[in-house]
Amino acid sequence: MIWNIPFITVIVLIAVGLYAVLFKRNLIKIAVGITIIESGVNLFLITLGYRKGGVAPIYTNLPPNVEIPKGMVLPVPQALTLTSIVIGVAVLALILSFTMKIYEHYKSLDSHIVRRLKE
Amino acid sequence: MNLIQQMPAILIGMPLIAAFLTPIIDRVNKKIRNGFVIVVLILEEIFMITLAWHVFTNGIAIYTMGASNPSIVPLQAAVPIRIVLEIDGMSAFMGLISATVCLAAGIYSISFIKEGNGKGKYYTLLLIMLVGMLGMEFTGDLFNLFVFLEILSITSCALIAYRNWYGDAVEGAFKYMVVSNIAALFVLFAIGLLYSRYDLLNIAAISKIMEYGSLEKIALVLLVSAFAMKCGAVPMHFWAPDSYTVAPAPITAILVSASQASLYALFRTCFSLYGNLMDYHSIGIVLILFGLLSMFIGVTMALPQKDIKRLMAYHAVSQTGYMLLGVGVGLYLLGSSNFNTYGVKAMEGGIFHIINHAMYKGLLFLTAGAIFYRLKTRNLNEMGGLAHTMKFTSIFFIIGALAIAGIPPFNGFASKLLIYEACYKVNPILSIIAMLVSILTLASFVKVFHSAFMGPKLHDVEEAPKSLLIGMGILTFVIILFGLFPGWVVNNIVHPAVTALANRIDYINAVMGG
Amino acid sequence: MLHTTGGYWDAVAWIVAFIVIAVVVYIIRGLGRRDFRKDSAEPFFSGVELPTEKTHVKASNIYWGFTDSLKGYYSIMKKMHDGIINNYIAWFIAISVLLFFVVFLPEVIP
Repeated sequence: MIWNIPFITVIVLIAVGLYAVLFKRNLIKIAVGITIIESGVNLFLITLGYRKGGVAPIYTNLPPNVEIPKGMVLPVPQALTLTSIVIGVAVLALILSFTMKIYEHYKSLDSHIVRRLKE
Repeated sequence: MNLIQQMPAILIGMPLIAAFLTPIIDRVNKKIRNGFVIVVLILEEIFMITLAWHVFTNGIAIYTMGASNPSIVPLQAAVPIRIVLEIDGMSAFMGLISATVCLAAGIYSISFIKEGNGKGKYYTLLLIMLVGMLGMEFTGDLFNLFVFLEILSITSCALIAYRNWYGDAVEGAFKYMVVSNIAALFVLFAIGLLYSRYDLLNIAAISKIMEYGSLEKIALVLLVSAFAMKCGAVPMHFWAPDSYTVAPAPITAILVSASQASLYALFRTCFSLYGNLMDYHSIGIVLILFGLLSMFIGVTMALPQKDIKRLMAYHAVSQTGYMLLGVGVGLYLLGSSNFNTYGVKAMEGGIFHIINHAMYKGLLFLTAGAIFYRLKTRNLNEMGGLAHTMKFTSIFFIIGALAIAGIPPFNGFASKLLIYEACYKVNPILSIIAMLVSILTLASFVKVFHSAFMGPKLHDVEEAPKSLLIGMGILTFVIILFGLFPGWVVNNIVHPAVTALANRIDYINAVMGG
Repeated sequence: MLHTTGGYWDAVAWIVAFIVIAVVVYIIRGLGRRDFRKDSAEPFFSGVELPTEKTHVKASNIYWGFTDSLKGYYSIMKKMHDGIINNYIAWFIAISVLLFFVVFLPEVIP
């Protein structure tokens, strides 16, 4: 049961993020919601690679009595997560700069007002 | 060293290096920068044609990143290590589209992008957009697909908001960013699910050992809905008109083929990753329904539009429906004995329509951009009598409009004919709706032609500058060529793409080695 | 030549046929009355004098009848395309859930 807690956290994080994107009208809150979903997905990836009592997968620096490769955590999900975090930073920076420009033009951040493009 | 063996890496690497050289050259001289970008895009087109020719004649090309012999995938206990690029007929076909549209749009941009202080960065982003599209189409690795998807969406959002002195441009970019980023996160979650089950990221390797269980079903749902949203299928198309309208015209032309890269990813997921493992009947029906809804709602929303680019954007949604319909019918018939008779024809129609659509819709967006360049408005009510002075633009517009409406002898007719006849065999209602949509398409382009080009001379404007005309001319040339020789194109370019999609085993064996 | 399900399509043959028919039509047209001049017959305009100033029908007036007769449909569509980003995502989630049912229902109901 205790090992399922990270997965439950993943679901909760994604649900909270989706709630923010679906029901919050402030554009910055939507950006925050996207970041929360992204943290959820990143947590999911990192949890996949975790092994109970595992050590870092560095062959030259292994503690004694470690089973290879069973006793090591998976390195691939960590690489994936790192890439995903870097992409997330770029996305967040771009979204926030858009929000800033939108406020300059519309004098509002309400998604029900920022809709010149419709129909 | 065999050059053709290294071609996939060159195709992705060359524009990436060129992209970051562009701002440096921009500091030296603007003219040299323009020439440099055009030379890179022309080289890209030539290399792409060479690679595509190689793939169409010799079968799937493999490139393993960082291996001493890139054509052979190093396997360790049936696990392919390193990132593998896998270029089959479908990938090469999509790559041809991306390279051609980017070439036309790049030449067009030279005169079109006059305002703004980041013109060097504009070309940087344009080249990275090309990298993103080619990467998505070439990669044989799921996580790599996600990375290129994000590269593509970040660069396209930055370019949609290029004219950030208009409020609506930033608004369109914001909406596209939110929508595409959530779709991309769904894709990443699905990739995580598949990784948790198989400890693999390579599409072919996963497909080889996949068992269709609950986790795979959840991953399928996430992948299909995310890619369907990114390609603008109704009712998830709302971002498409918003962002297509406000982007600079050359970028809109590239955005059309960028959303087709997502369409490619959707087909790749359905055919190569899952293929006949999944319940292809119901997914086929889902694609057909997406197609019908997209066709009908897209075209009826296009009819009353007053903004020329928004009208065309709704047509882009509507034409995507034809592709989904054709390929959906193919997926629905997959495995049955009818697949080899009219299932293949339906898929040929759908896939042929992808390249036709990229060409004529790109051309139409470019003509709309030429009008915007002279009149500084997109509102159809303020236009009139442009054919008096903008003669070449109106000829290009007529060719594009006839092609999209499916009037012979242009290319749109050939692909639509294939779709109509094959869908008629499945269910006549599919063909009837498709033809009705085609008629409404013609009607709405008659409206645009009448209100923009016909009538008394209302504006004293000149013909569009030369670089705009050359950009439009390239696409027109391709449209006429494909219209005159559709049989040759279908047999030599489209058919290899269809067989590549339909034969999942070949795709697996190219990496996993028999 | 492009082989379709029911037959084939050849664009070059179509163009040749088009040119031949155009020539025939032109010849038949040449057999008509030679004393016809443009100003000898005016188009019928409901019995009213033809307007002399140049007019242009604006884009939003074209197909007014079509959109007016489909008012109900278009009012639904306009409500759908409301331009609010939250609703865009809501549609996406709704379609994902629908797809979820499509994929999982065959398991529940055999």
